[in-house]
Amino acid sequence: MFKILEKQALNPTVTKMVIDAPLVARKAEPGQFIIYRASEDGERVPLTIADFDREKGTVTIIFQIVGGSTMELNALNAGDSLVDFVGPLGTPSKLEGLKKVAVVGGGVGCAIAYPVAKKLHQLGAEVHSVVGFRSKDLVILEQEFEAVSDRVEKMSDDGTWGDKGVVTAALEKLIKEGNQYDEVIAIGPLIMMKFVCQLTKQYGIKTTVSMNPIMIDGTGMCGGCRLTVGGKTKFACVDGPDFDGHQVDFDEAMHRGSMYRGFEARAREAECELLKKEVQ
Amino acid sequence: MPNMDPKKCPMPVQEPDVRNKNFSEVALGYTYDMAVNEAKRCLHCKNHPCVDGCPVGIDIPGFIAKVAQEDLEGAYEILSASSALPAVCGRVCPQENQCEGKCIRGIKAEPVGIGRLERFVADWHRQHTSEQPKMPAPNGHKVAVIGSGPSGLTAAGDLAKMGYKVTVYEALHTPGGVLVYGIPEFRLPKDIVRQEIDGLKAIGVDIETDVVIGKTITVDELFEMGNEAVFIGSGAGLPRFMNIPGESLNGVYSANEFLTRINLMKAYLPGAKTPIQHAKRVAVVGGGNVAMDAARCAKRLGAEEVYIVYRRGMEELPARKEEVEHAEEEGIIFKTLSNPTEILGDDKGYVSGIVCQEMELGEPDASGRRRPVAKEGCTFTLDVDSVIMSIGTSPNPLIRSTTPGLEANSHGCLITKGEDGETTRQGVYAGGDAVTGAATVILAMGAGKHAAKAIDAYIRGKSQG
Ligand SMILES: Cc1cc2nc3c(=O)[nH]c(=O)nc-3n(C[C@H](O)[C@H](O)[C@H](O)COP(=O)(O)OP(=O)(O)OC[C@H]3O[C@@H](n4cnc5c(N)ncnc54)[C@H](O)[C@@H]3O)c2cc1C
Ligand code: FES
Repeated sequence: MFKILEKQALNPTVTKMVIDAPLVARKAEPGQFIIYRASEDGERVPLTIADFDREKGTVTIIFQIVGGSTMELNALNAGDSLVDFVGPLGTPSKLEGLKKVAVVGGGVGCAIAYPVAKKLHQLGAEVHSVVGFRSKDLVILEQEFEAVSDRVEKMSDDGTWGDKGVVTAALEKLIKEGNQYDEVIAIGPLIMMKFVCQLTKQYGIKTTVSMNPIMIDGTGMCGGCRLTVGGKTKFACVDGPDFDGHQVDFDEAMHRGSMYRGFEARAREAECELLKKEVQ
Repeated sequence: MPNMDPKKCPMPVQEPDVRNKNFSEVALGYTYDMAVNEAKRCLHCKNHPCVDGCPVGIDIPGFIAKVAQEDLEGAYEILSASSALPAVCGRVCPQENQCEGKCIRGIKAEPVGIGRLERFVADWHRQHTSEQPKMPAPNGHKVAVIGSGPSGLTAAGDLAKMGYKVTVYEALHTPGGVLVYGIPEFRLPKDIVRQEIDGLKAIGVDIETDVVIGKTITVDELFEMGNEAVFIGSGAGLPRFMNIPGESLNGVYSANEFLTRINLMKAYLPGAKTPIQHAKRVAVVGGGNVAMDAARCAKRLGAEEVYIVYRRGMEELPARKEEVEHAEEEGIIFKTLSNPTEILGDDKGYVSGIVCQEMELGEPDASGRRRPVAKEGCTFTLDVDSVIMSIGTSPNPLIRSTTPGLEANSHGCLITKGEDGETTRQGVYAGGDAVTGAATVILAMGAGKHAAKAIDAYIRGKSQG
């Protein structure tokens, strides 16, 4: 059992939890993920590691409440336990040697982009963060990004926070200002990563994206997480989750990501019903 | 007087039209009288070829004689001297190629139902014994076992009985390996596997789930933690795909994914939290046990038509004979001598069909089986909304890529010296599918037994030297 030590709502749909998981904390690196099950009959759900503390033996996860399984997780509180929490899985992000990097985060993807920005900062790289949210009340990790970035570009779809517009607009502005990036690291919704890659391709800037397809085991056993990268089949859980964004077939990844959308909607309703009953 | 009935006592089963809609066990098992009668069919011939056919050399005539004498506990003792998992092997061994394939009664008529008797004795023991296993006296040495499939469980059990402190590390959340994530409930009830595992815990084996060796802990660290030897029984879990167009369409599964969703995650139960596609028309590509299991699961999820698409003929199907028969009875349609060349999709990215090339059998290949060759210009399309790829698996590279000195061959199988399972790294032993590639439960179990002995000898040698 893996105890939840802290729980904090970062915004109405995004929650942060600190989990007691010393074995995972000992090995975790930015870019890796864990798989949890909230209950004995729960689904196996992958979440990227948002932070870790090797000394305290804790791992931080940040998740958006999107379906039945994340609702089930969000129903737990500090003091409760998860039945399973396995990791760290996947290959760590390769950040060594980078001197100047633009880190682009979209929505809850910022939770994954943040540890990357932090590590780059620790390694002495110049970090420009471009972070985007739909609106002001969905913003997360603002101060954290400020603390580890040399520059932060803030964007919102509705203009209630930072500049109005999409992250690609801010990234293009930075590039046009003459910033020479060794690499752009983009983490967020597939559609955002796709457009970031289209942009950086024009400028010939190497771009790494973090993919989060449907997974079960997270160890290379099921192939459910497969993606096409550079015309070849790759398993995101072992070959990734980081990939060269210019090689990823995003349209296919979007199709595959929608496989269980109907099921998810029903699961969400069922979980809501259950919560309502518990409240009554 | 032996029972000279030319036929095996038939196995009571659920009716095909009933069972293809539920996940309960298909074969119901012999009754006491059936078992005793079937046991009397054994002629106790001089050379007992059946024993040579058994990969772990069970004293088959010996245990059968005990059944005939109605001494079932005695029969169980004989079985368990050679097999750690008789209730499992009785259900899933390919008996027709092993013990029963060698039985002299099989020359003129049907062989003795050895597998069915094995199952009966093991089930009888489970239901009638109340004896708590005794905790062995500890010998002060620690061993780590990676993977909780049949090879790992067997090695762990044998080592624990010798007094070793054994910890089994399992990547998944439930121990059992293929026995829990691959083989479906209707063929191997998960309660049986659970009881085997409880039995190991009762003799002091620790089972740590949610630990991926190579990620959470490395093999080097297992030694640093005080283990004097490590057994790798990590199986062959990496699924292969065909690399034909359309394999990333929604509705294409590896058999591993499909079966894991169903067996490990219980996606077939109403209200399950793990989703699975309930397809109407399904093509399963492959002809082994895994393909049969996937096809029969798809049927049970409500598919109207389920095809087995296999590139050789019915004779060449590598699956157990009983599984093929059961699949046919349940309405699975066999498209043999057919090789998929493309999976078709609709405009939303979902599977809409599979194009197959008709094949014919040519000259025998290196494996001795006749090689299928394409029949020029003969293709056909099956309308399906799901395709399950069941064309084999290979060992996962996770452990060997993180363990210096551990070598594998070009297929990714760990290299071992002989049947002791000694790998190229000192103190590290391996067995089961991780060494052989996808094989059988009994071979994995046998490998675990041999390795346990070798590990014991190695640690004794070390402490004396
Ligand atoms: C669907 C299906 C049907 C089958 N039907 C039959 C049949 O009817 N008869 C028969 O004899 N055989 C059958 N087999 C084959 C048989 O199940 C295998 O040969 C046997 O289970 C192999 O045992 P094993 O101990 O080597 O590995 P496995 O049973 O594969 O167990 C390996 C275990 O190791 C774990 N593991 C892997 N990597 C790591 C790691 N890095 N860290 C920690 N744990 C790890 C895995 O999660 C798994 O639990 C079937 C296989 C499948 C898939
Ligand atoms: S999640 Fe199963 S192979 Fe990647």
